[in-house]
Amino acid sequence: MLPEISLNILDIANNSIRAGASLVKIEVRINKEEDILTVKISDNGCGMTREQISRVEDPFFTTRTTRDVGLGIPFLKQAAEITGGSMSIESIPDKSTIINASFGLSHIDRMPLGDICSSIYTLILANQNIDFLYIYECDGKEYQLDTRELRQILGDIPFNTPEVAGFIRNFLIENKNDIDEGYSI
Amino acid sequence: MKSLEELRAIRESMQAQMGLRNEEGNQTRIVVGMATCGIASGARPVLTALSDIVQEKGLTNVMVTQTGCIGLCQYEPIVEVVEPGKDKVTYIKMTPEKALEVIDQHIVRGQVVSKYTISEMME
Repeated sequence: MLPEISLNILDIANNSIRAGASLVKIEVRINKEEDILTVKISDNGCGMTREQISRVEDPFFTTRTTRDVGLGIPFLKQAAEITGGSMSIESIPDKSTIINASFGLSHIDRMPLGDICSSIYTLILANQNIDFLYIYECDGKEYQLDTRELRQILGDIPFNTPEVAGFIRNFLIENKNDIDEGYSI
Repeated sequence: MKSLEELRAIRESMQAQMGLRNEEGNQTRIVVGMATCGIASGARPVLTALSDIVQEKGLTNVMVTQTGCIGLCQYEPIVEVVEPGKDKVTYIKMTPEKALEVIDQHIVRGQVVSKYTISEMME
């Protein structure tokens, strides 16, 4: 079990990386009035066939050869459904995969969002050959971090340069606080 | 709101230092397993700690990166150290604290921290 939504996001984004994606888009949207938290992860990786999608919710199905179980998607699905939400997967082979999950925001069984900034930070820092677009929205206000924009500014200066990494981390944390005003999610 | 303007200033101040970076072939790679098994066992704080300390110490020839599941789920979080021309060292059941020890002993001083390696811990 992954005890935070942000750890599930990290896990699902790693599927995109394994699928050879060059761009992974991660959206986290909170709407207090509608009492819903949605997560969308889309990538331009190798995608899945209809048959694979139909089996991917089965924990005993995986395409990897290093072990026999694939728990990531079942974890996310269960975490969403126990809050009255749902999870869906759309995929086009050789083109894209989109995962949507929704959670009942105030549901007692909803796991906390957790340290989402750390999840995004580690994804960006440890996968510098891949681009990420991260969007965080709370009640209509949002901010985004697009590594393609960072690259444009930085040229060949890598993200793991201390000054740059520090900037990325602070950008994620400060803007999140500005958007959700420190609301505990 | 923080904007990307600040990043432009960082770039300006850094441009002078470029060119000092090592060629990729000379780089030590520190690889953290980040599949479901790794994440569930606490790989995220390990990866964050490693990446922070490498920046802090200015270890420009070290690259912290990630991989998927290598099939040793029960020993996660797993950290592999791959130094050019040397055998790969696999550390298991890592924590942020142990990871810092690996940086200090192994990466900086060149002494493998045997007590955390897979060969030692499986005995």
